[in-house]
Amino acid sequence: MTEQSRTDSTDGNKRHYSHTLDLSKGKVEMVHGSGGKAMAQLIDELFLNAFSNPWLDEMNDQACFQLSAGRVVMATDSHVISPLFFPGGDIGCLSVHGTVNDVAMSGAVPKYLSAGFILEEGYPLADLQTIVTSMAAAAEGAGVYIVTGDTKVVERGKGDGCFITTTGIGVVPEGVSMGADRVTAGDKIIVSGSLGDHGVAIMSLRENLTFETTIESDTQSLNDLVAAMVAVVPDIHCLRDPTRGGLSATLNEIAQQSKVGMQVYETEIPVKPQVKAACEFLGLDPLFVANEGKLVAFCPAAKAEQLLAVMRAHPKGMDAAIIGDVIEDDLQFVQMQTAFGGNRMVDWINGEQLPRIC
Amino acid sequence: MKYVDEYRDGGLAREIAAKICAEATPERAYHFMEFCGGHTHAIFRYGIPDLLPDNVKMIHGPGCPVCVLPIPRLDAAIELAVTHGVTLCSYGDMLRVPGSRKRSLLKAKAEGADVRMVYSCMDALRIAQENPEKEVVFFAIGFETTTPPTALVINQAKKLGLKNFTVYCNHVLTPAAISNILESPEVRELGVLPLDGFVGPAHVSTVIGSQPYHYFAEEYQKPVVIAGFEPLDVLQAILMLVRQINEGRAEVENEFSRAVTYMGNSRAKQVVADTFELRRSFEWRGLGVVPYSALKIKDALSEFDAEKRFIVDYRSTRENKSCECGAILRGVKSPRDCTLFGDPCTPENPLGSCMVSSEGACAAYYSYGRYQERTFATDQSHPAA
Repeated sequence: MTEQSRTDSTDGNKRHYSHTLDLSKGKVEMVHGSGGKAMAQLIDELFLNAFSNPWLDEMNDQACFQLSAGRVVMATDSHVISPLFFPGGDIGCLSVHGTVNDVAMSGAVPKYLSAGFILEEGYPLADLQTIVTSMAAAAEGAGVYIVTGDTKVVERGKGDGCFITTTGIGVVPEGVSMGADRVTAGDKIIVSGSLGDHGVAIMSLRENLTFETTIESDTQSLNDLVAAMVAVVPDIHCLRDPTRGGLSATLNEIAQQSKVGMQVYETEIPVKPQVKAACEFLGLDPLFVANEGKLVAFCPAAKAEQLLAVMRAHPKGMDAAIIGDVIEDDLQFVQMQTAFGGNRMVDWINGEQLPRIC
Repeated sequence: MKYVDEYRDGGLAREIAAKICAEATPERAYHFMEFCGGHTHAIFRYGIPDLLPDNVKMIHGPGCPVCVLPIPRLDAAIELAVTHGVTLCSYGDMLRVPGSRKRSLLKAKAEGADVRMVYSCMDALRIAQENPEKEVVFFAIGFETTTPPTALVINQAKKLGLKNFTVYCNHVLTPAAISNILESPEVRELGVLPLDGFVGPAHVSTVIGSQPYHYFAEEYQKPVVIAGFEPLDVLQAILMLVRQINEGRAEVENEFSRAVTYMGNSRAKQVVADTFELRRSFEWRGLGVVPYSALKIKDALSEFDAEKRFIVDYRSTRENKSCECGAILRGVKSPRDCTLFGDPCTPENPLGSCMVSSEGACAAYYSYGRYQERTFATDQSHPAA
C-alpha cells in the first residue's frame, strides 16, 4: 500500500489524540485492550495506518464485501511461533502467508483476511510495529486485504509477546475442484521446492541450541504459484502445504483421506545440503520438518510434466520436482525407496519434533 | 554432505550387497546381532533388510539406552520432579517414555513439574549455575558414550563448588549386557537363539576401544565386527561377519577404524574411572538384574549423587503380561512375534520399552519396516492434523 493511498483513505475518519503513540519506547499496556481511547489510538496509529484499505477504514466491527461468483473458501490459522523474529521472516508475515496458503491450497484466489492479536502487557510497541508492517507487506505481496481485526491484551506472563490469528476468504475459479479425497492411484506427486528450511531456521535460534546457519525460513505466499498452476492444469487433484509434521504428515494424511498408498524416491526429494547437515546433527528427519512456503501437488500422470514445467518457470517453484507416485494400497502406507537402495515406510511423526514452529 | 554421503552411497551399497549374496553359503543361515539401537535404526531407515539375502538375518539387540532403563528408575525420576520439586533435566527421548500408571516426564511437566529437555549435560550444569535457588538434577542415562560427559560435569560442578546440582546416575555397561545375552539359556543351552556373530557398537567403542570384545570372540567363539552407524558401515560389517563364519574364524575386526582404536579413548576412560564405580547389580528392562552392569557415583563425589541427596524410591512394577520386549531385547523374538505390536502398542501409545525410542527394535520396525508385513492389523486411527 502506498503512503498516498493510506492518507487518502483514512482522512475522513481520523480521530485526534493529545499525544501520539510512542512507537519507539512505548509498551503494550492493559488499557490497549480495554475498549477505551488507548485502544482506539493503537488501532488508528498502528493497525489502520499499516493495513489501510476501504473496508478496514470504515471502522465497523465487521467488514462487508462482495465476492465474485463461485465456491467460497475459508481457512483460519493461529500463530504462536517462538521466537517471533527468525531468519527469513517474523510472526507477522508468517500469519499472512499461513492463511493465504491454506486458502490457496483449494485452488482458490485468496481475497480478504481478518487478524486477531493477543498481546502481552509490556510488549514493546516498536516490535509490534515491525510485526504489523511485515503483515502489511505480506498482504500486499499476496494481493489480499486485512479487512477486519481484533486486539486483546493479557497480563504480563500470561502470553508470550504476541499471538496472531488470521482467517482468510477466497473464491475458487470455475472448473477447479481439488480435495484430499480426489487423489487416485497413478497420480504423480510434485513438491514445489526444497524441504525443511523453515523448521531448521527456527531451530537454529532455539535456547540451548543456537547454531550458525545460512538457512532462512521459506515463509512465503503461494497463491500466485497456485494461480499459474491452475491456469495450465485445472485438473490438479489436490494441493497441500506441508507445514507442521512436514512432508511425511502431508503424504500420510492424503493417503488416508484418498485411501491410496504412496511410493516416493529419496533421491528425487529436494533438500538443501545445509538443511540435511543440520538435521543430521540434531537427529531430525527432513521429511518431518516444517515448511511455510512449499506445496505438494497431486496430479494425473499425463499432466505431471506440464505442471512441473509451469512450476519451474515460476520464481516460487524453481526447484520443483516429481518425487513419487500414488499407488493402490489398502493399508494406505507411504513408502520411500532410500538413496541407499532399500525401501522403508515414511511414517507419521511421533510426538513433538519441535514445538511452536508456526 | 561431506563425510556423510560417502557412507550412504547407493552404488557402493549394491556392490557390497552383491558380495554378501555371492559369498553367503545358501546351505546355511547367518544370524547376526547388532547390539546398538543406532545400528537398528540405520538398518531400518536405509532399508538394509531389502538388500540382504534371505539367509542373512539381523537380530536386534538391547543397545538402546531408553529401552533398557527399568520403569522404577523412570518413576523415581518423575518423583524427583513432582514430589521433591527439583528441576529435572533430561535428554529428550526419555520425556515421552511411559512409567507406571501411564505417567511420563512430559505429563509431569504438563502438571507443573519443572522438567527441562537438554541436549547436553552441560546445559543442566548451566541451568544449575543460573538458578542457584533451585535444586537441579541431571537424569543421566546411556551406555559408555554418554558416561564421560556426565563424569565431566560432575567434576566441573565440584570445581565450581555448586551446591544445587546432582546427577541421577543410570549409566550402564555394554560388555555386561553382551555377556548376559551370551550366557542366557536361549543361546547356551536351548539353542532357541541362533547367534553367529555381532555387529559391534560404534560410538561406545570409540570410548572403550575394541579390546573388551576379544573376550567374547575367544570365550564364546563369536566373531565381532565393530561398525559405524552409517548404512555402508553396517553392510560392510555384515560382509566381514559372513567371511569370518565362512572361514571358521571368530575374531574381533574393526570396520569403524576411522574412529575406533584398540584401547579407545584413555582420557575418557580415566575420567569415568575417577568418577564412577561399579554397582553390584542393576536391573535392565528386558534383561532383568544383571550383575556389575552399571555405574554409580563414587562416595568421594556423593554430594553430587541425587540418590544420596534425595530419598529416591525404587518400587518394582509389573510389565504388561503380553509384552515381549524382554525376549525382543535378548533377540529371542522379533517385534512381529508380539501380539501387542501395532495394536495397541504403537510409537504414539507405546506399551513396551522397545516401542518408546526410535532406536528400539519395535519402533524402528513399526516406523520404517512394517510395509513388509502386509497382513498386519495396522493402526489407521491417526487424526488428520
